[in-house]
Amino acid sequence: MKVRKNLLLILTGVITGFCNGFFGGGGGMIVVPMLTFVLKLEEKQAHATAIAIILPTTIISAIVNIINKNFDLSVGIPTSIGVFVGGIIGALLLKKINNKTLVKIFSITMLIAGIKMLVF
Amino acid sequence: MEMREILFVLAGILAGVLGGMGMGGGTILIPILTILFSISQHTSQAVNLIAFIPMAIVAIILHAKNKLIRKKGLLLIIIPATVISLLASLLSNSLHADFLKKAFGLFLVCLAVVQFFLGKVVKRQKRGEKTVKK
Repeated sequence: MKVRKNLLLILTGVITGFCNGFFGGGGGMIVVPMLTFVLKLEEKQAHATAIAIILPTTIISAIVNIINKNFDLSVGIPTSIGVFVGGIIGALLLKKINNKTLVKIFSITMLIAGIKMLVF
Repeated sequence: MEMREILFVLAGILAGVLGGMGMGGGTILIPILTILFSISQHTSQAVNLIAFIPMAIVAIILHAKNKLIRKKGLLLIIIPATVISLLASLLSNSLHADFLKKAFGLFLVCLAVVQFFLGKVVKRQKRGEKTVKK
């Protein structure tokens, strides 16, 4: 049913927007699976479309944060440079490295980091 | 360049590499900044958001060229996303850093669990497809 699909799309937007706005990130990890399951996109398409969705939400959240003076230039500028360089490397590595083990390591790292932030 | 700045660049590279591989760089950058560098939760989130933008713009230009972005139904996702994102970030900025940090931690735990099991579901689906094809 088209109505149901449209509602799912809106829901995807709501959840993604909330994660990006409230947590300052993480929307991507939710929107990609949702695009894959709801829109049945292939992996590459899902990732590309995800970025197209996340970018405007990120810009809006970034503006709010800048107005609230949360952006520390001494931290932000070197980090941003690193992220930019890393992103290029990551995109190049994507084709060459086996993901499965990496995803598991990543999940476990996130779990540990999450517990530390939650409890300590 | 000071040592501290070099470390930030390295942290960014690590997060960027993971993000570039599609694993969610932001979700690791924020813990790195808060846990290892003791940066406040709000600042870490702000840095993560802004650091993402240049790379995202480049990626979108490339993806658009390769026609990988699916346009059908996109506005139905983007418009609610931007509206909610505005409200959510205003909310987030009004909350106490400690609470936000714990909420983020819980978020990470949920993401980790979901990602772990999602991988298994996809594997099972793929395995199922293979046997059906026989």
